[in-house]
Amino acid sequence: MLFKNSFNLAKLYLRREWKSSLVWLVLLISLTVYVAVIFPNLYGEPADRAGMAETLQNPAMVAMIGPAYATGEDYTAGVMFVQMMFLFTTIAVAVMNIFLVVRHTRKDEEVGRIEVIRSLPVGKLANLAGTLLLCVVVNTILALVIGFGIYAMQIENMDLAGSLVYGATLGASGILFGSIAAFFSQTCSTSRGAVSFSLMVLGIMYLLRAVGDVSISVLSYVSPLGLIMKTEPYYNNFWWPVLVILGLAVVISIKAFYLNSIRDLGAGLIPAKRGRREASKCLQSPMGLSLRLLKGTLITWLIVLLVFGVSYGAVFGDIETFLDGSEMMQQIFLSNDQFTISEQFMSFLMVIMSVVTTVPVLMIMLKIRTEEKKGRLEAIYAKRISRSKVLFNYLFISIVSSVLFVNASVFGLWSAQYAVMAEPIAYQTILIAGMSFLPAMWVLLGFAVLLIGLAPKITKLVWAALGLFFFLVYMGAMLDLPEWLINSTPFSSIPQYPVETFTWTPLLILTGIAAALITIGFIGYKKRDISSQ
Amino acid sequence: MKNIVKIDNLTKKFGDFTALDGVNLELKKGEILGFIGPNGAGKTTTIRCLLGILQATKGTVTAFEKDAWKNAVEIHEKIVYVPGDVNLWDNLTGGEVIDLFIKLQGSKNKKKKEELIKRFDFDPSKKCGTYSKGNRQKVALIAAFASDAELYILDEPTSGLDPLMGLVFKECVLDLKKQGKTVLLSSHILSEVEELCNNISIIRNGKIIETGTLDELRHLKRTRVKIETKDHIKDLKIKNIHDIEQNGNIIEFTVDSSELAKAISSLDKYEITNLVCVPPSLEELFMTHYKGGEG
Repeated sequence: MLFKNSFNLAKLYLRREWKSSLVWLVLLISLTVYVAVIFPNLYGEPADRAGMAETLQNPAMVAMIGPAYATGEDYTAGVMFVQMMFLFTTIAVAVMNIFLVVRHTRKDEEVGRIEVIRSLPVGKLANLAGTLLLCVVVNTILALVIGFGIYAMQIENMDLAGSLVYGATLGASGILFGSIAAFFSQTCSTSRGAVSFSLMVLGIMYLLRAVGDVSISVLSYVSPLGLIMKTEPYYNNFWWPVLVILGLAVVISIKAFYLNSIRDLGAGLIPAKRGRREASKCLQSPMGLSLRLLKGTLITWLIVLLVFGVSYGAVFGDIETFLDGSEMMQQIFLSNDQFTISEQFMSFLMVIMSVVTTVPVLMIMLKIRTEEKKGRLEAIYAKRISRSKVLFNYLFISIVSSVLFVNASVFGLWSAQYAVMAEPIAYQTILIAGMSFLPAMWVLLGFAVLLIGLAPKITKLVWAALGLFFFLVYMGAMLDLPEWLINSTPFSSIPQYPVETFTWTPLLILTGIAAALITIGFIGYKKRDISSQ
Repeated sequence: MKNIVKIDNLTKKFGDFTALDGVNLELKKGEILGFIGPNGAGKTTTIRCLLGILQATKGTVTAFEKDAWKNAVEIHEKIVYVPGDVNLWDNLTGGEVIDLFIKLQGSKNKKKKEELIKRFDFDPSKKCGTYSKGNRQKVALIAAFASDAELYILDEPTSGLDPLMGLVFKECVLDLKKQGKTVLLSSHILSEVEELCNNISIIRNGKIIETGTLDELRHLKRTRVKIETKDHIKDLKIKNIHDIEQNGNIIEFTVDSSELAKAISSLDKYEITNLVCVPPSLEELFMTHYKGGEG
């Protein structure tokens, strides 16, 4: 009785969901297959692979993308493909599943849809069961299409067994993160909370395996994101990690079902606290309200970025140790003898960090659209408050927090590398390297404002832009994409200090572009209807 | 008297869909206007245009003799708005939101607020996420009535309140009436409209189909008459009566208010023993308009 009509609900969710799932699946599958196809051309020659292999075995890279589980002869194009793609594809699959599951559980509950469903002859657990069923279906499709898809391309060193393990691991990880999201959908009373906690777990797993892959190897077995590499596709093709991941997913799902069965509809497990009877002075202004609404996001991301910086900073020590043992690496990296390898690595790291830091900055800016969609801005604009003022407030908070966020990661990075390195990099150097990316972040912020002003229905486009830039910056060089394309992103337009000379020109140009986008956005925002559509 | 609100030929389109089609509306100072119409008729859209949240496709919307779109911020100093769907921030308490709304409106009257919290029997220390619809409406209503404004726009403000709280709401609006404030009240609750409003505007399918005082509107409708006579009525030949039902010496019919006197006098000769006249009830009035029938 608890599960009555689960199957029908799954069908309903599939009908509501198929478009966005299809977009995700097509993107993930086509990207994977595309990279698999072009890879042998890029690194077909053993000499090419050997060179790249040395780079990829550098602890800093390992910390970022995961270990190479085969060396020498065995480091085939297949193994290399897995090392470069596996972790990030898994993270993308995880994010997809977190959103998918939360959307149909806590989110539907929050807006009152579950209440309607539950008034029908539908089992108490049917919503969760239907959602997880959908999650399993989507991930099974993903696993099979990727597995057979890579195999179908008939690429040397990428056989059926390996491709299937690769696809199955992605699918299993997807189900695992779906179950994690299902768990947090029970414990948190808001969908935002459920998504945040799930993403936080994802982040912790990533960091655990980073530390595990570089030094304390047991941690790679503890974190599912470390475990995926233990399947060793195209080398050993181990299936046991897939089973462990699926087993874990089942355990967490059972826990989620249990929690769902004992709690009230609409409630989390943490009871709502009483609050203040009256508003504090700080709250009683549009700015105060915005800050109050963003407080959680701000604090969480400051901590996340600090930890992010610290984790990478901690790796710096290993880079030096690693270098001592590898003459070849010294040659590669120390070709530029003006700078230490740490400095060179840091320049590259800063690009990635600034892309990641852009995420919370955009989240803060887009909050104004969320407020509009939820119908809460209407009450504010019925007061004597202009639209420009509210939009400006959010923009202001976004800009200030972009500076704060960069400082948090810079400080984390600096303090950790200061602790582990014999010759630490100067604080000022790291600070300049980090801060110089601010204009690139502001361009995306400007794009967000533009969309809010002119095309509020498609503000999500800014995430697509960020994703594309990340892909180009991160994978562009490895995939041998045309230079002009890689250099077209705002992030690649910034000189990578200290390896490249710091110049103001690109920074000023980017800031100018950002200002222009923002101005257009403001004009549009003043002229358009406010609507929850 | 001065017009507080003047909406002239307001048309609002969303893409192909015409939500409002030439709406005219006026509100004079001190007037309480009942704004009624079936669901989806365009009440909320009209109000949103008046608030400058939506831009008119055609026509003019002025409040306090200023353009509602261009001068929205200035105008809002004198306006208080209670939305039909009160959406609040789950993680703020009711008390915090009330303070915030009062402050943003530009008023400050702590005593009034405390008094209203008591009258509405409201617990301001709970988070908004835990409030029911009625309690969320109380938040908006307390903030509205505690604010000092000239025009109060209330969009179905009592749809979630219990009858007791509905009474408190009426008292509050009557207070406003006494102070000479202007109120635009969109409502489905007929007793509320009847008791509070001087004038009524009925909107259907994006058009205002009737405007006037309740009495004026009543005159447009027929009165139901039930007459008992001593003599049997034969050969009934009265002009302009409708829906006739005869049962022995009892006859029932409806008649336009203007024809009532004539109808009665022509029945005089049968010696009337009992006469009951029922003016059209509000329900009937609304039903005919809502359904769009000819009545």
